Amino acid sequence: MSEFYRQYLAVGVFVIAAFGMVGAMLGASRLIRPTRPQQDKYVTYESGSDPHGGFGQANVRYYIYALLFVIFDVEVMFIFPWAIDADGLGWYGLVEMTVFIGVLVVGLAYLWRKGLLKWA
Amino acid sequence: MMTLALDLGWGSTLAIKTLVIMLLIPLGALIFGWVFLFKMMAHMQSRLGPMDSGGFHGWFQLIGDGIKFMQKEDIFPEKADRRVMALAPFVVLLSTFLVFLVIPAGPRIVVEPLDTGVFYALAVSSLSVIGVLMAGWASANKYALMSALRAAGQLIAYEVPLVLAVVGVVIQAGTMNLQGIVVAQQEGAIFGWDGIGHPFVLTQIVGFALFMIAAQAELTQPPFDMPVAESELVGGYMVEYSGFRFLLFFLGEFGTAFAFSALAATLFLGGWALPGVHGGTADALGPVVVLVKVMLVAFLMFWARFTYPRMREDQLQSLAWKWLIPLALVNILVTGALKVAF
Repeated sequence: MSEFYRQYLAVGVFVIAAFGMVGAMLGASRLIRPTRPQQDKYVTYESGSDPHGGFGQANVRYYIYALLFVIFDVEVMFIFPWAIDADGLGWYGLVEMTVFIGVLVVGLAYLWRKGLLKWA
Repeated sequence: MMTLALDLGWGSTLAIKTLVIMLLIPLGALIFGWVFLFKMMAHMQSRLGPMDSGGFHGWFQLIGDGIKFMQKEDIFPEKADRRVMALAPFVVLLSTFLVFLVIPAGPRIVVEPLDTGVFYALAVSSLSVIGVLMAGWASANKYALMSALRAAGQLIAYEVPLVLAVVGVVIQAGTMNLQGIVVAQQEGAIFGWDGIGHPFVLTQIVGFALFMIAAQAELTQPPFDMPVAESELVGGYMVEYSGFRFLLFFLGEFGTAFAFSALAATLFLGGWALPGVHGGTADALGPVVVLVKVMLVAFLMFWARFTYPRMREDQLQSLAWKWLIPLALVNILVTGALKVAF
């Protein structure tokens, strides 16, 4: 197995270990905790009054930010390769990156101007 | 530690390192919870709390609380989605756990020095948002759902400045490998002067400030704690959890605080690097040096947490999009220009 895959195999081992750690702690708790079923315990907590409705409906006012997030997170993926070798790419790379970031900033400024960053 | 790494095969070394991390995360969370939450906040805000259990300053109190939580009944509400709700704390802790894979504590004390180190660490640290959404949604509780949506909106908004703040460090170090970044700080020089190496906090002070603010928001700590605002949402996405599952979210919170402090210490303060310390000595001193730096960063983080009042949800979003992200982009371009020019 190559070094590259071996390193990422360690990530897999860590995933299993994380689940194992939490599972072991919950297992230890299971051994010593009591179980006394009573119907009233299983009522949804709504500050003490009787709950009504099941899953609530919530107005997600900031869904537009999720779209913005995708744009900027993808942008970051393109900035990192340049950042690693900023020295080697020199002024050419820097100008290219300035243009790239500039386009995105214009996009952000447009959204700002359109009022999408305001609490709607 | 050194001889062990030499004699054992890859598998057994990884097993030992994994076990160390499995012990380190609850221990780190415990130390952070006790030192900062129980002692620092208590003394800063003049409300001492329990001072007797265990003797010195009530050091046993947090362990006792943990044991108490273990004995509590495990309750799922009737309307909840049991399987998703049970799985949520696993996902939250998984995201904390995975960060420690790449954080170095010495020239050779690191689980795996991935070449994509920084990128990987920030990517897995944002997995916790999935766990939070799972917890809030599966609880079938209106408060929990609202809290989870706030947390999701906040975590994605501050993920961007967090990653952009690190780009400056990557430009200066010329690598994403955390081990490489530490070496760059130890071997580096500030405009030709190499007396103390080159801790990036000195030349990336804007990046450091952005990283700390964004990390504060990622941890949902005050002044960015709207997802767990107890006066509005009675407690947040974990409101329907009981017993040890409830405690797991706090373990996750302090474990993540530990992870972010370790990341900040590695990226900006030079990790295990001490000026003039190399090789085996650096391996021996490394963990202590890292711990001191981590506690220093965490002190700043928790100081802000215990000092500032909560912001409003729209203020939080505009701070990220209108201030931090443009500032981070400017920081990247200025750093790039200086790197190319000098």
